[in-house]
Amino acid sequence: MSVFYFVAFLSIFFALMTIFTKNAVHSVLYLVITFFTFTIHYILLNAQFLAVVNFIVYMGAIMVLFLFVLMLLNLNKDTEPLKSNLIKIIGVIAGLCLVVTIAGSLKLLETSNPVVLKDPGIGLVSNLGKVLFSEFLLPFEISSILLLTAMVGAVLLAKNETKKI
Amino acid sequence: METVVTNLQGVPINHYILFCSIIFAIGVIGVLIRRNVIVIMMSVELMLNSVNLLLAAFSAYKGDASGQVFVFFVMALAAAEVAVGLAIIVMVYRNTRSVDINALSRLKW
Repeated sequence: MSVFYFVAFLSIFFALMTIFTKNAVHSVLYLVITFFTFTIHYILLNAQFLAVVNFIVYMGAIMVLFLFVLMLLNLNKDTEPLKSNLIKIIGVIAGLCLVVTIAGSLKLLETSNPVVLKDPGIGLVSNLGKVLFSEFLLPFEISSILLLTAMVGAVLLAKNETKKI
Repeated sequence: METVVTNLQGVPINHYILFCSIIFAIGVIGVLIRRNVIVIMMSVELMLNSVNLLLAAFSAYKGDASGQVFVFFVMALAAAEVAVGLAIIVMVYRNTRSVDINALSRLKW
């Protein structure tokens, strides 16, 4: 039980580091650590499939894509745009207002049952595969079309177009 | 494995909601205070991930697998979004030579 609080503290700490470091590359690396703590959270919930997918897709694919683009753009500290301190303070206050609002509405709920796994095998690959390919077959196929569209769009956008039509 | 899992359970669902909303708010703050487009997209990823975790927590809480399937779809969507978004960023950088979000304000007209 205390493992959850420790990992939650680590996630919040590294998420804060992500948005407050000046260097964009450090930002990406802190985000990778944050996603790793999220993977630990999934393991704590016994959602093994999600843990592996989170590990491979987010930390493997998406973060490498971010690092790749960051290195492609060849940024350095001088080109890093910074906002004025006033806007930063206003932004932080706005975010804190969001937390206070959600925490305040959470107080009204009062009922706080502990998370106990009714069915421990719910997050296993065999169970999720059955649900995915019987109940959610059509959305699954549509998401494959979405990925194909995104691939075509990304290639089309990033291609160096020189000739004018 | 079973004993490990049962030992780790027992966190109130409210703490999950609070934790995920804090991470979500950190993402919102990141979008508000940074001007680097790539960092802004990373903050959006942070928000998506916090919602994913909360969905998984509710799924385990209710004993319903649909929540975890939905997380899977959100991950597919996030991958597509990142691919297109980063392509757009590369194109913007090629035209304006910066990743400043204010360079995009000319899109208003």
